[in-house]
Amino acid sequence: MSKSKLPQRLVQLGVLVLILFSWWYFTLPGGINQLLLPAPAPVFRDFWVLLTTSSIWPDLLVTVREWVSAVVLASLLGCSIGYLVSRTAYSVRVFDPLFAGIYSIPAILLYPLYLLFFGLGEGSKIALGTTIAFFPVVLNTIAGLANVDKAYIRAAHSMGANDLQLFWTVMVPAAFPVVLTGLRLGCIIGFLVILGGETISSLAGLGHRIVSLAENMESSQMFANILFAVLMAFIINGTVSYVEARGRRSAQ
Amino acid sequence: MTAITTTGVSVARRGPLLSPGLTRLLVIFLLFAIWQVGAGLWGDPLFLCTPVQALRALPHILSDPKVDNAIVVTIYELVTAFVVSVAFGLCIGLAVGLNGFTKQSIMPVILMMYATPQAIILPLFVLIFGIGPAAKIAFGISHGVFPVIVTTVAGVQNLRPQLLRAAHSMGASRWQVFTTVIFPHMIPSFFTGMRLAMTAVLIGVLLAELYVSTAGIGFYSRLYAESFSPPDLFALITVLAVIAVTLNELCRMAERHFSRWNIG
Repeated sequence: MSKSKLPQRLVQLGVLVLILFSWWYFTLPGGINQLLLPAPAPVFRDFWVLLTTSSIWPDLLVTVREWVSAVVLASLLGCSIGYLVSRTAYSVRVFDPLFAGIYSIPAILLYPLYLLFFGLGEGSKIALGTTIAFFPVVLNTIAGLANVDKAYIRAAHSMGANDLQLFWTVMVPAAFPVVLTGLRLGCIIGFLVILGGETISSLAGLGHRIVSLAENMESSQMFANILFAVLMAFIINGTVSYVEARGRRSAQ
Repeated sequence: MTAITTTGVSVARRGPLLSPGLTRLLVIFLLFAIWQVGAGLWGDPLFLCTPVQALRALPHILSDPKVDNAIVVTIYELVTAFVVSVAFGLCIGLAVGLNGFTKQSIMPVILMMYATPQAIILPLFVLIFGIGPAAKIAFGISHGVFPVIVTTVAGVQNLRPQLLRAAHSMGASRWQVFTTVIFPHMIPSFFTGMRLAMTAVLIGVLLAELYVSTAGIGFYSRLYAESFSPPDLFALITVLAVIAVTLNELCRMAERHFSRWNIG
């Protein structure tokens, strides 16, 4: 891989420039309706206003609070249930297909129900985020803990490790990378689905903000907010992947 | 560590009495029983109903021609979005993946778009495509096309260059190379992509229907939730779950059918 990466970078830059240019070109007066697609300049101006003022903080705080609650709940539930299931090979064979089967049903179906149970506020989003983030965590926890090399376990047993020692010094380090992958998936899917839930119906949050701007036909502000949410998704993605890579390395 | 069900060993180890599949059924049955009893005793009929009530509501909502129409609309949206996603994703994935240069330069851009939360651009889809099925199909495609692209590119990557060279040197046309070498080789990852796309399309279409719609299952589930009739809502969710599981199983059956060559 000693080849220069320059041509690829140039093509990527070219694609970005092309997108920006066509955005600018097609939104010139007489082009696409400003309500559908505003010109780049006002969008970036509004984006700058968004970054430099504090108007977005209350909504951002709501979304982040929902996300963190959902991820923490899903991780706790997923890891503990995954641990319990992985105790015997029999229960793995009973519950693993069950969880995988339920996972294939889109949980967004339950959202009207959650709105009934938990109201329009943060509760319904936390419940939806928890439901969706739970499955990757539990499936990966089961996969990680149930597939620990039997030789390690026998070795630890023959050296006289008790159950607690076996768990902390053998099972957890061996299963850690797989569990981490589950947690990463849970974090990302949870964020996406919470934004989705806020878009459908909510009282506050980033999704709510974007929808109300869309409904008021404030296109350039809506695009600025979309840009902000996309940026936030990238940051979450990058951070979580980085933490996963670090954790994976430290586990070895 | 645990029970081995071979009859010879099970005497010594005392294997489980029931097969895992049977226990799984029992667990599901137990969950429904808890739901039935719990909802019957403590549930507020405005918010929660028992599974028996939901089952009773099933023929009731299915006999409503408007609901039947909604189910047909949703299935139409799902299938259209899925087919277009797979076709587009396959073409883009092949175009990008078969060439090292385009793969390294375009793929990061595609991955970046894949990582974008589409839910927040949903209002945009409604602005552009209106509140009819077009917006749902477009939104479903925006969810479904990326998993197909990514898995197609991954599948093409596993292709051994010797096979391509051999096919070319034996005078195979582009189409022949595709049908006899490339396609059979990318089947496992391609079908993984199809299943991921199916799930993604379901999420996309349902999100769009729940957000704003005039027909479709999302519209009615919202209506039932807002008019506080949980039996109808649960019955509709059951219908949707059946659709989701059926579509998933169809993908799985197609996968088994097309990957037979690899097993045998």
